[in-house]
Order: sequence, then structure tokens, then C-alpha cells
Amino acid sequence: MAEETRATSAPSESPAPSEGPSHGHRPGPRGPRPGGGPGGPREGGRKYFRRKKVCKFCVEKIESINYKDVRLLAQFVAESGKIVPRRLTGVCTPHQRRLSSAIKQARNIALLPFAGRAN
Amino acid sequence: MNRAYELMFIVRPDMVEEDLDKLISTLETAVSSTGGTVKSVERMGKRRLAYTVRRFHDGVYVLLTVEGGGGLIHELERRLRVTEPVLKFLTVRIDEEQKRLDKIKKIRDARKKAAPVPAATPEGGETAAVTA
Repeated sequence: MAEETRATSAPSESPAPSEGPSHGHRPGPRGPRPGGGPGGPREGGRKYFRRKKVCKFCVEKIESINYKDVRLLAQFVAESGKIVPRRLTGVCTPHQRRLSSAIKQARNIALLPFAGRAN
Repeated sequence: MNRAYELMFIVRPDMVEEDLDKLISTLETAVSSTGGTVKSVERMGKRRLAYTVRRFHDGVYVLLTVEGGGGLIHELERRLRVTEPVLKFLTVRIDEEQKRLDKIKKIRDARKKAAPVPAATPEGGETAAVTA
């Protein structure tokens, strides 16, 4: 308390009440912060933490990746018509292989576009 | 040599219904004459194409499931290629995929059946341990 009043009173009188608590708080949280805030396992001051990507097909147990299922395939095709890479979608290798062949079949029969959006 | 195939083809949207019926029936006769069997014919109706094909934006999709050898597919594809109103076609072999799916299903079912049994046995084991 004594430190606070000394620091705040020096510049001016009016901001003292508002600044007081924040000044008083600052040394406080520094201690508990490494213990883990509400954000979960964050280290240091890092803002982002990556969520673990999981293969949609493994999780939802979708075994048949068919070229006729446009709605499913469209989730893995970018706006430009490109197949979205595994590193972005998190699909596992065996499923990505089937997925890409299904997308290519669907493109062949005009269910999906080769390039650009389906008009 | 029996294999299952799926033939999907697109005919032009302005084709008359009777002509489509005729085309499908000729394909069916071609299948039976080559020694194959038609499993199913599914008309998926008019659909918007993802890109223009021969200046058409729409097409009538038909799905034909057949069983037979490679010669049958050769003949069917030749016919489709010759037929003027057919815009596009795609043949996919489906029996191997079906086999794989059946296998997975079998394994899953077996696991499902097996799951309740181990769930029951540990309890028995625990109680036995407790009593002992």
C-alpha cells in the first residue's frame, strides 16, 4: 500500500484511484500465471496453442469415401477447386489417398469442378 | 470373371424421357447379351454440372450397376461413346471396395459383440479378487 500511494501520488492525484488497483494487481498475477490460467496449458506468454487435428474419417468412422457423396467431398476442396492438403485438414494418409481419388472421380463426372467454384 | 461395376453417365437435359428409356433399355439388352446382369438402374435426375460440358450447364444423371467381365464394360463404353446425347460417363469398379467395406463391417460387428463380454468379465474378476 505504501509503495502504491508513493508511485501514484507522484504524477497526479486524479488517476490514482483507477490506477491503484492495477498497480497493486501487477505483481500479484505474475506469481500465479505459470500455474495455469483459465486458458489451459499455455506456456509463457504464447497466445496461440494448436489444437490437435484429427482425421474426420477416423473419428466419425466414415469408411466409404464415394465420388457420389459430393457434400462430403466438398469439405475437402478449397474455393479454388483444389484438394486441400493433409497438413491443413488433418486427414490421415490412407483416407487422404481415398479422398483424393474420389474427388478426382467426381471431377471427371462433373460433380465437382476442376477449377473454380461450381456454378 | 464376375465383377461389379458402376456406370454413371450424363445425358443432355433436353433429352426426351422416352429416348432416355430407349437408351437405357438398349444398354440393358447389351448387358444381357454380353453375359452380364443389370443390378440396378437409378435415375438421379437433373443436376447442375460443376462445369460446362458441350455448352450444357445441366445434365440428367443415370447410375447403372452391372455385373460382368471387362468385355461387357468395353461394349457399354463403346455404346455410350457413340450415343450422341450422352455428355459424359464414368465407370468405377465397386466389388473390391465393397469387399473391403464388408470386411471392416464384419470386424466392427465382431468387436461390438465381443465388447459386452469383456465388460462383464472384469467385474466378475474384481468381485472375485475382493472376496478373495
